[in-house]
Parts: sequence; structure tokens; C-alpha cells
Amino acid sequence: MTLELRKISKQVGGETHIGDVDLTLASGTLTILLGPTLSGKTSLMRLMAGLDRPTAGQVLIDGTDVTGVPVQKRSVAMVYQQFINYPNLTVYENIASPMRVAGLNRQETDAAVRRAADLMRLTSLLDRKPLELSGGQQQRTALARAIVKGADLVLLDEPLANLDYKLREELREELPRLFSETGAIFVYATTEPTEALLLGGNTATLHEGRVTQFGATLDVYRRPVDRNTADVFSDPPMNFLAITVGGGQVTAGEQTLPATGQIAELADGRYAIGFRPNHLHLARPELPAIAVTANVAVTEITGSESFVHLDFDGQRWIALLHGIHDLEPGSAAEVFLDPGRFYVFNEDDALVAAPDPAEAA
Amino acid sequence: MNKTWNNGAWFMVLPVLALVAFNAVIPLMTVVNYSVQETFGNNIFFFEGVKWFEEVLHSERFHAALLRQLAFTGTILLIEIPLGVMIALTMPRQGPWVSVCLVLMALPLLIPWNVVGAIWNIFALPDIGLLGRSLNGMGFDYNYTHQPVAAWFTMILMDVWHWTSLVVLLAYAGLRSIPDAYYQAAKIDSASRWAVFRYIQLPKMKRVLTIAVLLRFMDSFMIYTEPFVLTGGGPGNSTTLLSIDLVKIALGQFDLGPAAAMSIIYFLIVLLLSWVFYTLTMRSEDQS
Amino acid sequence: MARIELQKVAHSYLARPAGEQDFAVKELDLTWDDGGAYALLGPSGCGKTTLLNIISGLLTPSCGQVVFNGRNVTEERPEQRNIAQVFQFPVIYDTMTVRQNLAFPLKNRHVPSDAIAARVTEIAGMIDLDSVLDRKAHNLSADQKQKISLGRGLVRSDVNAILFDEPLTVIDPHLKWQLRSQLKKLHREFAFTMVYVTHDQTEALTFADKVVVMYEGEVVQIGTPEDLFERPMHTFVGYFIGSPGMNVAPVSVEGNRAILGGYAIKLARTYADTPVGAKLELGTRPEFIRFAGNGGAKDGEGLPVTVKRVDDIGRFKVAKVELAGVPLAVVADEDTVIDGDEARIVFDPDHVHIYADSQLLEGVAQ
Repeated sequence: MTLELRKISKQVGGETHIGDVDLTLASGTLTILLGPTLSGKTSLMRLMAGLDRPTAGQVLIDGTDVTGVPVQKRSVAMVYQQFINYPNLTVYENIASPMRVAGLNRQETDAAVRRAADLMRLTSLLDRKPLELSGGQQQRTALARAIVKGADLVLLDEPLANLDYKLREELREELPRLFSETGAIFVYATTEPTEALLLGGNTATLHEGRVTQFGATLDVYRRPVDRNTADVFSDPPMNFLAITVGGGQVTAGEQTLPATGQIAELADGRYAIGFRPNHLHLARPELPAIAVTANVAVTEITGSESFVHLDFDGQRWIALLHGIHDLEPGSAAEVFLDPGRFYVFNEDDALVAAPDPAEAA
Repeated sequence: MNKTWNNGAWFMVLPVLALVAFNAVIPLMTVVNYSVQETFGNNIFFFEGVKWFEEVLHSERFHAALLRQLAFTGTILLIEIPLGVMIALTMPRQGPWVSVCLVLMALPLLIPWNVVGAIWNIFALPDIGLLGRSLNGMGFDYNYTHQPVAAWFTMILMDVWHWTSLVVLLAYAGLRSIPDAYYQAAKIDSASRWAVFRYIQLPKMKRVLTIAVLLRFMDSFMIYTEPFVLTGGGPGNSTTLLSIDLVKIALGQFDLGPAAAMSIIYFLIVLLLSWVFYTLTMRSEDQS
Repeated sequence: MARIELQKVAHSYLARPAGEQDFAVKELDLTWDDGGAYALLGPSGCGKTTLLNIISGLLTPSCGQVVFNGRNVTEERPEQRNIAQVFQFPVIYDTMTVRQNLAFPLKNRHVPSDAIAARVTEIAGMIDLDSVLDRKAHNLSADQKQKISLGRGLVRSDVNAILFDEPLTVIDPHLKWQLRSQLKKLHREFAFTMVYVTHDQTEALTFADKVVVMYEGEVVQIGTPEDLFERPMHTFVGYFIGSPGMNVAPVSVEGNRAILGGYAIKLARTYADTPVGAKLELGTRPEFIRFAGNGGAKDGEGLPVTVKRVDDIGRFKVAKVELAGVPLAVVADEDTVIDGDEARIVFDPDHVHIYADSQLLEGVAQ
């Protein structure tokens, strides 16, 4: 099955919740909707499901226009952040409920329920009520209920957000298996870039109701098409440096250096350089590097890594360093930037240069 | 698996449709019909247009009844809403007493309305009623069958006794939905009871209170049975509220035309005031 | 700020607890130094929120005493203990402006209004709320609302401790970095005693000087983030901290070697007498295993493994491998090339620990 969104937009009371979205999703794929809160992830999912009608545009399934078709007539399942289960039914009956509604006979229902329970590792818990289960088990029940009816489109709206971070890790490991075994179109909304990278599949980054980029997750990560996408897809947030290129020189803040590498190939003008926190170094690396003196604001130590918050030219940077580096707040630190890892954005925030993966190795 | 769309369901709705049509739509049409016609009996009708409407709108009797009605509704709203909220605040939020309190609060709402009227009719009698006897015993000169003031007092007291519970239950539901963390934060901020009420409980109850006020407004504006059984509209016409007046005209005098016109005007007044009230509260909620 | 001590504190939510399992917090003794930043870290249901509420006074413990600066406050209510608490979701007074919200605790204590105004301006400057002071609190974003909650705690100059109950739950990932660094800065400048409850290891480790790891009502380990990372005293600590958590595999131990799946792994310490009948396990973090052939290792070095799966998460890769059927996770740099299904791994003896019945064995250094 193919789900296509053609120029979909949704206006609510003068506000654009979704603006001009074009997406095509194929069966057996996982698409991650990545963006901060209120960027339109839930609104977009509701439009895909048929819970809301778009103000403009069309929703097509296998080429047929289903824009006006309500959700009950579409083959959709949805899993929410809050573990939504029928509290007075057992886990077995919860999972069986969509089948009962569709009027399948007892044997088929039983077989399907057991298959789903097996997939979600709930077989020993089938007799319990949802409120007797832990958060992770309740969410597994909701997931099982979503996949049991074999819906063609399964939407997951930040399903792991209410779980403990370790539980989240565990469930996240099980999800890819789930995705490949059921063969439906999966759409997964999240605010965390790490989650997107762990799940793989394709990612659509959202910014203020628009899809800024759509492609294989690693591709979007490695080659963000504009500054917003780069920023959304970075945790800790990407560091930016405003530079002016002119006459073979680069001016960054108050320092002027000769232009080298990628930067030397840029036309004169103003640009924003983006680089990820783990590409800032305290010690001069072997490859050519640009040295900058920044002010240490605060250091956070996680036991194996250090996050150093720096202030440079009015911008706040975060450096992710291996090992323990307890820098004194207020002191000046010399940091080295690796130009081989720079993302260059022009004044319209579009990407003009990105690190070459082969070169960086 | 797609769910099938069953059009056969529409047939199940037909009996209800018929019932509603018979009980509501057709009588309403009849009223509209009567309101624009005149009859002298013998089933001969003359079309009169807006004559009845004009007559009703200019009649002093109608103005008086409308004024009485507004006074009544205003008074009971001013008493029942604060009283209901205060009682809800004192009810326990957890423990074994919760169900007991809820049942006690629900009791007055379960009594048939004419029985409520009858109870208070006897309860307030100056010679054999407990209330009447006590008040007279305390030195007040109380006789609701002869004194308009006493009649109003009794009517309002009866309504408060009957309907405050509704406000209590609604306000209680609103209070229960406030997360504990707010109370905890208030404790930590050394907030007084009054501050907790004003800054946490009242704002969070706003939605629920709006419903309570709307319900009480509509019901009290249309009230008939209880005051009719209590005072019959008397003494004289001092407690003749709009609905009572309407019935007197329609069934007492058999003036179908004016009565029908009055019904429609009555209905439109309730509709207008409810709409105004609702829009005002919804708008203030949007702004906040 | 105060030095807080919990003496033999235990708590059960049941009126008549039958046994140990009915206690949400099992008997413990803890001291929180004046001006220290602490984190209470553990999974849901481990008792951390219960413990926090015992410190703040919202809960009276079933047994034991809570002592602030030598004074027994067990029976005192929260407002008498002078603490500030920031909750999971922003708790603000909707009808008031930011300024009024911040002034509220002082108004309730009848502080004169010019003192209030000065203090509010000072605190608002500290937490970057000065630009929104006169806006209605209701309309602000989640992170600004949490700052208001924090601010209400800071305005009281005699506050004993600031307690945080998973305060970043509703905050967006990007803003979490800002808020955390602000909290850190505040702590450095003003030395507040801060206790931070969370289930997120990054939050706990970056925030605290000392982390208290809890599991099922008990304190499993107290230590600096480095201690917890380098030397977990309990396999649970190893598992819970680190993403992915520590690799744990059953082994047998002979002197200074561990036998894992038939392969001998050199250890940094000698374990002469292992407890009889105990379950022996080897624990080593994925960050301390590397692939041979990278970082200048000699060829032929290392133990052979089959590579089951490699996840590229941008700044590093997580490889799931199997050494003689034993599953292990390995964290490799983002540029590492993991070719094909066969690879060799090298352990770092300094970071391989031996556990008996889940507790760390000391051994003798060589």
C-alpha cells in the first residue's frame, strides 16, 4: 500500500498547523517524524489517519483519493503517549477488541491475539488487567492491539515518552523487529534525534508545520538541507558560527584567519557554519584545525564524557569531549574546530557545503 | 480490516424520531400556529398576524411577571453558586466518607418536584409546619400564605434546598480534577486557605462553574412545579413567575392566542439570555 | 542552606506492612552536605519520589528521623522546613503574572513590599525571566514555567534546600541543555543544597556531584559520576548507567584471568578466593571494548566475535556482537569501519570487573 500526501495543509483559526506537505510512504517502511513540540507531528498524523480533514490538498491511498473518508473506513491503528487500554478488560480482551468489532470468529481471533502477544512478549500476562501492569507492559499491550488487526497504516505518537529511559531503550530495541514482521506503513513521531537514529528507516524533519527534509535517516543526518533541519536533528544542539568570507580571508567574531579547505571555495559573503558538539577539540588534532578562544560557562561531567558550555561571539556552544575535563567556569579555553566537519549555510539558511563522509574517515 | 458501514442503523432511529416528533415538534408547531390566530371557540380560526405578540409585549401583567422571574433567578444564583462551592470545598476528597457525602448531596435531587413543593408547603405552614412554628415561636410574624415577603422567602429557601446539591456535585467534580502537586506547591509557598482558594481552586473550577451557572439559570427561569405547589402563585400574584402566569392565561382563561405568543416570547428570552451568557464566558476563557 | 540527614528512615504506604516487600523505602541512612548537588537516580517505583517527599515534609516517614542542621524536623510541615520544590509539570498560579508568581511566597510571609520587589527583580535576573516579568504566567512556554517554579523557591532567602522531582520531563530536548546549564551555574554561584530526582542518567550525572542510585527501595551505590561509571559496585548500577548499559556475562575466575565462553581474559586484579557457590559475572562497559585493528592494535590481537548488528547513531556506533555465543555490545567511534560479520575485540583490563551475586568483588591489585 502507498500513502501519498499531496500539498496537504491545515489551518486552524488563522494559524498554520501544517503547511504544504508532500510525502509518499510505501508499505513495509518506517517513517520517523522528527521535530520539537508543536512542530506539527501530531497534526500531520491525524491528517494521515483521517481523524482530521485537511484545509487543502489530498490524501491518496494506492492512488485513490481518500481525503474525505473518515478514519473508521480506513485501515489505521494508532498508539499514543499515554498508555491507552480498556481498563476493565484483561490484556487478552484488550488485544482481541479490534477483532471482535470486525466480527471475526473465535479461532481466528485467538490465533491473531496469540501471535501479537508473542511478538510483544506478553504471553504470560494475558490474564491481567492493564492497571496491574508496569508502564512498559501497558504500552506493549497498546502496541499489540494496534498491530493485531493488521492495519495498513500504524501511527505511533511519541509512544515511549512516558517511559523510564531504560525501559525506553528496551522497547526501542523491539520496535524494528515489529516493523519488519508486520509489513505495514509505520509512522513514528518523536522529539529526540537519537531515537530517530536508533530506529533507522526514513525521517521527515518538521519545523513549524512544514516538512523541511525527507529521506533515509542517516542521509538526513549527514546532509541536512538547511539550517533548521540540521538544528532539529542534533542533540546536543548544533553549534553555529557566523563568518564573513572576503578576499581569501575568513572573519569569525573578532578573529581573522586565512580561508582554507571548503571555505576557500566559497563565494564572498556571509555564512553560518554549523558543527556538531563532538567535533570541537581541546587538544590540537592531527588534521588542520581552526583555533578559537572561547569563554567557559559551565562544565557537565557524565562519568565518561564532559559537556563544556562555551560562549563565543555571543553564541552558546556545547562541546562534547571524551573523558573528564573539569574546566573552570569563566576561564578562557582554546578550542579547535575541524573544518572537515563543517556544514556551511548561506544567508538563506540553505546548505552550501557539507562534510564529505569519505574524506572525514 | 475495515469496519463496515451499516445503513440499517437508521431504521433503529425511526421510533425515537416518531416519538420526538409527536411529543415535541408537533406541539411546538401547534403553539406557533395558535400564536398567530384568534379563535372564539367552535374551531373557527382567524389569522391575526403579530397582534398577540404585540399585546403580550405591551401588557403590564407580562412585564410584572418577567420582573419577578428575573428577581427570582438572580437571587437564587447569588445564593446557590457560592453556597454550593463552599460546601464542595468542605467535602472530603478521599476516604470512606466520600461516598456517604455524595449520596447525601444527591438525595434532594432525586425527589419528584411536586413532592418538593408539597413538602415545603406543609413544612412552612405557620400553625402545624416545623419551620413555620419555629419562626413564629422565635418572634417573627411569619405566614407565607398571607405575606408576600414570607412567600418569597419560603420559595427561595425551597429552591436553595432543592438545587444547591447540583452545584455542589459539579463543583466537587471540578475540585477533584486538580492535581495534588498544586496543593503541595501552595503548602511549600506558605499560602493561606484563602489564597489557595482564590489562586488555585477557583481558576481551575471555572469551566465547571460555567456549566453550573448556565444550568441553574435555565432551570430556574423555567421553574413551574415547585412554586406552584407551594404558593399557587400567591398570595395574590406576588409569587406568580412567568411560567405560572403563562399557565393561568392558557388554561385558566383559555386565551390560546396570547398564551401561545407568550410561550414563544418566553422561549426566545431564555434562548437569548443563555446565548449571551454562554458567549461572554467562552470569550473570557479565550482571552485568559 | 542546610545539612540534611536521614536517620534510619523507612517508609511503607500500607498501614500495617507485613514484610520488607511492603516498604517503598527500606531502612537507610543518608547525609546531604550543605551546598551539595545530589541526584537520586533509579527506575520507576524505586522509591526516589517517596524519599524526596520525606525530605520535603509532604510525607512523614513510617520510621526514622529527618534532621536539618541538627534540628529534628520529622514532625514539621513543609512550610516550616523552608524548602523549595520543583515538580514534574510546571506548577504556577495561572491568574497571576510572572512577577506576582515570584512574589507570592514572600507576600504570604508578610515581607514588606519594597523588599519583595527588590528580591523578585534579583531572582528574575538570575534565571533569565526579567524580560517576561509582567506577562501572564499562563501564556509562557513550558521551560519558562519551570523557571518560575524554580524562582518561587529561590526568592526565599532562607531556603534550606531545593528539591527537583523530574523537572525536565515536559521540556524539549534542546531546551533541556539550556535549563541544565543554568541550574549548574546557579549551583556553582550560590551553593544551594540541591536534590534532583530522575530516571534519566544523563540528567543525573551532569547535574550532581554525588549520585544516589536506588533500586526497589534500597540505596545501591552512592558516588561521583566518575565512580559510578568506572567502578559500578552492583551490576544494576552498571546496567542502569550508560547507554547501552554494562555488558554482564557469566564467567569463571582463575586468579587473574576470567574464562568467558572458553576464552581467557586478562584482569587487572587477582581474585584468589571467590565466594563458594556464588554466581560469578564479568562486567565491562561497551565503551571499554574496542575492535582490534583500530587505534593501532596489532594484527591477530583480540578475541574473535561475530557481528550481529551495527547501529550508526551519528556520533558513535553500537555494535552487537557475540563471543562464543555470549552477546556483547561494543561502542565504536563514528569513523570506525566494521567490516563484514567477523571481527576481533580487545578488552581493557582496567575496566573489567568481577561480580559475585551482583556485588563487586575487590580482588588484589597486581
